[in-house]
Amino acid sequence: MSAAHPGYNFAYLDEQTKRMIRRAILKAVAVPGYQVPFAGREMPLPYGWGTGGIQVTASIIGATDRLKVIDQGADDTTNAVSIRRFFAKTAGVATTTRTNEATIIQTRHRVPETPLQAGQIMVFQVPIPEPLRWLEPRETRSRRMHAEADYGSMYVKLYEDIARMGRITTAYDYPVMVNGRYLMRPSPIPRFDNPKLDRSPALMLFGAGREKRIYALPPHTPVKSLDFEDHPFTVERWTQRCQRCGSGDSFLDEIVIDDRGTRRFVCSDTDHCDTRLERRSAS
Amino acid sequence: MSELPLLDIDRMAKRYGERQAVRGVSFALWPGEVLAIVGESGSGKTTLLNMIAGRVAPDAGAVRFRTAAGPVVDLAALPEADLRRLVRREIGFVHQNPRDGLRLSVSAGANIGEPIMAAGARHYGSIRRAAAAWLERVEIDPARLDDLPATFSGGMQQRLQIARALVTEPRLVLMDEPTGGLDVSVQARLLDLLRRLVADLGISVVLVTHDLGVARLLAHRLMVMQQGQVVESGVTDQVLDDPHHPYTQLLVSSVLAA
Repeated sequence: MSAAHPGYNFAYLDEQTKRMIRRAILKAVAVPGYQVPFAGREMPLPYGWGTGGIQVTASIIGATDRLKVIDQGADDTTNAVSIRRFFAKTAGVATTTRTNEATIIQTRHRVPETPLQAGQIMVFQVPIPEPLRWLEPRETRSRRMHAEADYGSMYVKLYEDIARMGRITTAYDYPVMVNGRYLMRPSPIPRFDNPKLDRSPALMLFGAGREKRIYALPPHTPVKSLDFEDHPFTVERWTQRCQRCGSGDSFLDEIVIDDRGTRRFVCSDTDHCDTRLERRSAS
Repeated sequence: MSELPLLDIDRMAKRYGERQAVRGVSFALWPGEVLAIVGESGSGKTTLLNMIAGRVAPDAGAVRFRTAAGPVVDLAALPEADLRRLVRREIGFVHQNPRDGLRLSVSAGANIGEPIMAAGARHYGSIRRAAAAWLERVEIDPARLDDLPATFSGGMQQRLQIARALVTEPRLVLMDEPTGGLDVSVQARLLDLLRRLVADLGISVVLVTHDLGVARLLAHRLMVMQQGQVVESGVTDQVLDDPHHPYTQLLVSSVLAA
């Protein structure tokens, strides 16, 4: 890969800022699921585009790292391409689209289908870090609820779903209990990806730029999705298979391909899909 | 009545800036007893109630509460987390305005279910059954279980709030003007309901009201407050029929005889 752009400090942020963010990350790792405030910086992209994730990535990335960026599962969408190029330019690091070759994976909305390995770090972009926000608009109160592990009211939302729809309809950002202690928003990943967080061998870091919070799941942390005894947590299932690679067990996107409403189902994880196609044409 | 009080209030005081809202109020409440606190607006009734509920920190005094487990604790000195846990389990609160005690954006069932879920219930079916049973108990059609409280009338909202306060079967219920803002016929029905529930469940109640009629119907004992102090207390009928303190006499004489 090319050398870093000489006009920037390594990975854009100055060293003091990186140290400050690393301290927040260490605290977050020490208390899994707890939201650590940090002095978030202005980044050269708008809030909501991944400012929190970028700051976390910038603070942990080293010259020998290999970065993958995904947006909605794809490596080739605008946001993913821009962020990957940003770090190639400011840190001169190698980038990849292969999940198993990456050391750091910054993501929005998905966890890769390929199982993560020990040593890999996932960085999530988080729009709203507070799982109690819809229930309790006051920050002072929600912090108190966290302190006292006072989470019973969170079930009101699940109750309402079942009462209205007959099942829990929360499809993304499905709340989880971390290590039996802190309630956490897993960022807007589909609930299909929630089981991948449970006891994952990879380190998972969550950065919220607008709200200036960092939280983390150290490797092998138990993560349990909230549910009722008689309505256990389940993930989405499709009757179709991916029409590119034929995968029957990955998260599928439904794409309308003409004006007559014809639909096509394909893997949301582009790397997973491409890898399967290559393997098939090779054999 | 048992010999030990459920609640023992000892010289409670609260000051808001220059104004002394409550000055050294003491009383005891026995299990199964309904105590009404009457007095004009600004006499410190609601502040006193909020201090008992742990919603307002007192400047001085103790709130000794005999817990279900047995030991007596001072709610005013309890760490916050313990206080919240205890209040949630053993003390119910009914607000004057049902909007303060309900979540208007979720269904009636979820409103009744929330305290049970907060207490640890995780079985949807049994939460729902409990909610439906309580709706029936407060005379709301169980078919309205999934309706939003915003679509209920004022009287129904108040009954829903009462169901929410009582579903965890607290030992002490604090009520702040539970019949305020309701028309007379709805008030009468609500009073009937409250009387029956209190008798059935054997709960102890501290009831704040400025309506002497409500006090006479519900309360065993009456306490009259003026300017943050208790000026007279005793058995309800006795205080109302033979008031001694000039303020109580004024209060009783200003009610229109129905």
